[in-house]
Amino acid sequence: MSHAISNEVMIEIKNLKKAFGDHVVLKDISMQVNKGSVVAMIGPSGSGKSTLLRCINLLTVPEQGSIRVGAQQFEFGNKSALPKDRALAKFRTNTGMVFQHFNLFPHMTALENVMEGMLTVLRKPKAEARAYALELLQKVGLSDRADIYPQRLSGGQKQRVAIARALAMRPSVMLFDEATSALDPELVGEVLNVIRSLAGEGMTMILVTHEIAFAREVADQVIFMRDGVVVEAGPPSVVIDNPQQAATQSFLTRFNA
Amino acid sequence: MYHWDFASLWQYRSIIAVGFGYTLIYTIGCVVLGLLLGLLVGLGRLSSNPFVSGPLRAYVELFRCTPVLVQLVWFYYALPVLAGIEMSAGTAALVSLTLYGGAFYSEIIRGGIVSIEIGQTEAGCALGMTRFQLMRRVILPQAFKRMTPPLVSQSIMQLKNTSLLSVLAVPDLLYQGQIIAHETYRPLEIYTIVAVIYFLILLPATIWAKRLETRLTLQQGA
Repeated sequence: MSHAISNEVMIEIKNLKKAFGDHVVLKDISMQVNKGSVVAMIGPSGSGKSTLLRCINLLTVPEQGSIRVGAQQFEFGNKSALPKDRALAKFRTNTGMVFQHFNLFPHMTALENVMEGMLTVLRKPKAEARAYALELLQKVGLSDRADIYPQRLSGGQKQRVAIARALAMRPSVMLFDEATSALDPELVGEVLNVIRSLAGEGMTMILVTHEIAFAREVADQVIFMRDGVVVEAGPPSVVIDNPQQAATQSFLTRFNA
Repeated sequence: MYHWDFASLWQYRSIIAVGFGYTLIYTIGCVVLGLLLGLLVGLGRLSSNPFVSGPLRAYVELFRCTPVLVQLVWFYYALPVLAGIEMSAGTAALVSLTLYGGAFYSEIIRGGIVSIEIGQTEAGCALGMTRFQLMRRVILPQAFKRMTPPLVSQSIMQLKNTSLLSVLAVPDLLYQGQIIAHETYRPLEIYTIVAVIYFLILLPATIWAKRLETRLTLQQGA
């Protein structure tokens, strides 16, 4: 970890609760993420880590608790009304999200995908959006694929376009929801390289991942979740290399085997 | 063996032309108005507010589950008696065909929208799009591609349904044909001509629709 972490708290989550029907997915989660830090969330399927990530940009709306990203904060609970469409949209411009299944817009080229948020949401002039989109495609190593539709891109290329599309909004935080889980093994590396270089630039990131080795390498903080609670949190040298909790140990043995 | 005689019908060509004009105008009218209505109703039915989606669903089912001929007659004869709303035959025809078509169009449009993967909505939301922006930039452009073939089929039905206007004495192609048939006692010839005209309008329309569909598919590389 060569990058600098500020003392400024970028993300603050307090007493977050979420249930789908009777099934409680998140039980009273609180956490802080400092500006410039990289947090890896690991844990078995159904542990709530993806739900927690999706709560941070309110793709999933929690029942209770509060979420602050940068200067914007939302409270959830019995008294507070659900945020309105516009307030939600504005809040989400603060965070960039990368999905497991890329979710590129199939009716737009790679370049148009990256430009879309700048044009429609930020209302930037076309020339400016185009210039920055090309810069970002170059950054993810896809300058030569600008005019190609997603259909004709490989999984790794799609995911790199998706990262560029999220970065185009100049978010203060990037969220990665199992960004490499749908990729063929030989394509995982190119996506991890992009994430690694973002970490080097000081981007605040939260990664839900099954790439334990990558988490150890790039994360400042690792959070192990199970059954909707944070079982263990701390630097990778502790949580991954020397886990204190039995649940963490048993989860990690499956990866080391 | 029946002795065909088309030549004697040539003198009635202007009557046919009038019918052709009416059929075309009513088709365009009820397709355009029906699509607009269908878009509004289709979007409205996706509303999470049951006071919006509920009545719209009732409208759709009411008009899908009754014959269009019954609707046509009802709007012309029953509405004036029940509600005191007097409509000309032409207006009654346009209103009922629009409402009938709108019900079917709305189902096509709603179906097209819900068929777009949830991941597209999430990706748009994550970029900070409002629901309106999401619809306009992400969902509808993709959904329209899927909707095109059924929308065209429904529009073809709309054209064919205009033949029912003859029941209300609107001088469409079929009605004009009936007039000539009564006058010439040559129903076989005249109804053959009417059928051929419908066919000649619709065959190019279906070929054009097929081309459009292919082009849309190629354009999006899908």
